[in-house]
Amino acid sequence: MLRYLAKKLITLVALLFFVSITVFAVLFVLPGDPAQIILGINATPEALAALRADLGLDKSFWGQYREWVGNLLAGRSHHSIHYKMPVFDLIVDSLAVTGPMALMAMGFAVLISLPLGIYAARNQNRHGDVTVMFFTQLGLATPEFWFGILLILLLSVQLGWFSAGGFPGWAADPIGAFKALLLPAFALGVIRAAILTRLTRSSMLEVLREDYVRTARAKGLRERSVIYVHALRNALIPVLTIMGLQLGQLLAGAIIIENVYFLPGLGRLVFNAIGQRDLPVVRDIVLFMAAAVVVVNFVIDVAYAYVDPRIKIN
Amino acid sequence: MNTPLLGIEELSVGFDTPEGKARAVDRVSFALERGETLGVVGESGCGKSVTALSILGLVPSPPGVIESGAIRFENSDLIGSPPEALRRIRGRDIAMIFQEPMTSLNPVLPIGRQVAEPLMVHRGLNRKEALDQAAQWLERVKIPDARRRMGDYPHHLSGGMRQRVMIAMAMVCRPKLLIADEPTTALDVTIQAQILALMVGLKQEMGMSLLLITHNLGVVAQMAARVVVMYAGQVVEEAVVSELFGRPFHPYTRGLLRSMPDPAGRPDGGSRRLSEIPGIVPAITEAIVGCKFAGRCPHAFGRCREQAPGLFDIAGGQRARCWLSRFPERRRTDA
Repeated sequence: MLRYLAKKLITLVALLFFVSITVFAVLFVLPGDPAQIILGINATPEALAALRADLGLDKSFWGQYREWVGNLLAGRSHHSIHYKMPVFDLIVDSLAVTGPMALMAMGFAVLISLPLGIYAARNQNRHGDVTVMFFTQLGLATPEFWFGILLILLLSVQLGWFSAGGFPGWAADPIGAFKALLLPAFALGVIRAAILTRLTRSSMLEVLREDYVRTARAKGLRERSVIYVHALRNALIPVLTIMGLQLGQLLAGAIIIENVYFLPGLGRLVFNAIGQRDLPVVRDIVLFMAAAVVVVNFVIDVAYAYVDPRIKIN
Repeated sequence: MNTPLLGIEELSVGFDTPEGKARAVDRVSFALERGETLGVVGESGCGKSVTALSILGLVPSPPGVIESGAIRFENSDLIGSPPEALRRIRGRDIAMIFQEPMTSLNPVLPIGRQVAEPLMVHRGLNRKEALDQAAQWLERVKIPDARRRMGDYPHHLSGGMRQRVMIAMAMVCRPKLLIADEPTTALDVTIQAQILALMVGLKQEMGMSLLLITHNLGVVAQMAARVVVMYAGQVVEEAVVSELFGRPFHPYTRGLLRSMPDPAGRPDGGSRRLSEIPGIVPAITEAIVGCKFAGRCPHAFGRCREQAPGLFDIAGGQRARCWLSRFPERRRTDA
C-alpha cells in the first residue's frame, strides 16, 4: 500500500510538471496583454510598462515560469489580477460550490443508472429494455446546458419550486444553497446517467451469462441475491472506471452549467479568468484540476481493490 | 415398487438459433433410483448438460425452451412447478456441481461465504451458524487449514481445491440428488481421482443419488451402476455398467468404447490401434429422417435412413435405439 501510494505520488508530481509547462506555454503565447486589459485602451505606454514589470510580465518565459512554480512550491498563493485576492481563497470559495454539485450529480447519476441498467439487462430486448435504451440514447444526444435550461423553464419559471439561478452561499442560507445546486446537479447527473445506464446494462448482460451466476441460481438463491450480490459486484468493475472519469471531469468544473445557473463555481471562475486574462488564476486552477483528476483516479483504484479482490494494490 | 427419485419422461428442449430451431434434447427418458449412481455419457453437444440443467430449471431462456415432457422428482413435476417452488428445491434437495471450477465460483466473494449461502437460504441459519457449518464442510472435503481459508477468494485456490469448494457448497444442505456435470474434466488426472474418491465417499455417507454426466467412459465405469448413452439429443442406449462395457449393443456405444485408449494394452503385449467414429455429429438444427447416427454407422441399411428407430428392449433392462435389435442379421461382423 505504501509503495503504491509512493508510485501514485510520483505520477502526480510528474503529471503536474507536464501540465504546468503546457498551461504556462499556452497562456504565454495567448494573445491579449493583461496590463492592457487592466489599464484600459487609453493607458500610456509608460504605465503599461510599469505594470508589466510589476506583474513580472517583462521577464523571459523561463523566468516567469520559475517565479510561478517557485511561489507554488513555497506555498505562496498568487494574487488574482482581477479580484485582488489570493488565488487559493478563490479556489476554496468556488470549490464549495463545484465540489458538492459534482458529488450530487454523481449521486443522481448512480441512483438513476444502476437500477435502470440492471432492469434493462434483465429484460433484454423486451419493451422495458427498449424504452430504457431509447431514453439513454436521447440522454446521450442532449446537451446538458439545454437540459438545464429546460429544467429552469419547468421547475423555476413555471412551477416556481426553485430559484432560476444564483447561489446564496452556504453560511448565509444552507438550505437555499443546497436547493440552488439541486437543479444543476440533476441536469449534470441525468446526462451522465445515460452513458452509465448503457454501461451497466452491457456489463450486467455479460456477467449474467457467467458460470458463477448459474452456480448462484443452482444453489437456490433468491433472484434478488443472484442479481445484487453475485452479479452486480462483478458488473460494477468496468462501470467504476467511467464513474471515476466522470467525477474527475465534474470536479474540474462544469463551465457551461455553472454559467447557465450563475453559480460561482470553479468552471465559471476559470471561464471569467480567461476572459479577463487573469493569468495567475487560470494557471493555478488548471493545475488544481489536473491534480483533482489524479486524486479521483486514485480513489477509484482503491475502490477497485475493494470490489475486486483479484486486484491487489501494490 | 417405489417410484424412482427422479424420472425424466419424454423431455424435449429446443433452442432458438439464427439457423432455426435447434432441438438439443429430443424426447429423453430415464429414471434414477434412490441411492443410485447413473452415468450419462456422450460427446460434447449431445444434450447431456442441457438435460441436467433442465432438471433444475436452469436452461437459459431465451433462447432455450422446454418444449414437452415431464421431470418428476419425488412425485412432483418440476417442469410445471412455479419458479419459487423450484428455487426451494435447488441447492436443498437437488444440488449441482459444474465442469469449470475456475469460473463456477464467484471471483469477488470469499469461499466461506459462498459455501454458507445455501444454509442461510434453505435452512434459515444466521450468518455465524452458516459460516461455522461451512467451515466444517470445507474440512470434510479436505481443504487444508479450512477455518483459516474461509476468507480466501477463489483465485487463491487451485483447480482441485476449487472443485472441493464446489462440492462442499453442493453438499451443505444434504441434497437427495447431486448432479455432477463433468466434475473432473477440467482437472489433472491425479486430482480427478481424488475428487471422484471424495464424491464416492460422500455419496455413501449421505445415501444420496448421483447423476454423473461425463464424456469419460473410464469415470463412468468406476463410478456408475447404470449408464445412459446420449447421441445428438437422444438416448441411444441404456444398460447397467457391466452390460454396457461387456455387451454394448448400439453401434455408437461400440464406437465410443473402441475410441477409448486402453492403458493395459492387449494381453499379447501389442497395442490396439485407437479407432475413431467416422464422420461428425449432425448439426442439431438439421432435420433428420430416420436414425440420427445412420450417416456414421457402419451397419446402416435402408430402413435406418427412412424411419427413426425407437428405444427397443434388448435384454435385462438394456435398451438401444437401433434397428439392429429387430434385424440382427444386418449387423456386419467385419465392422
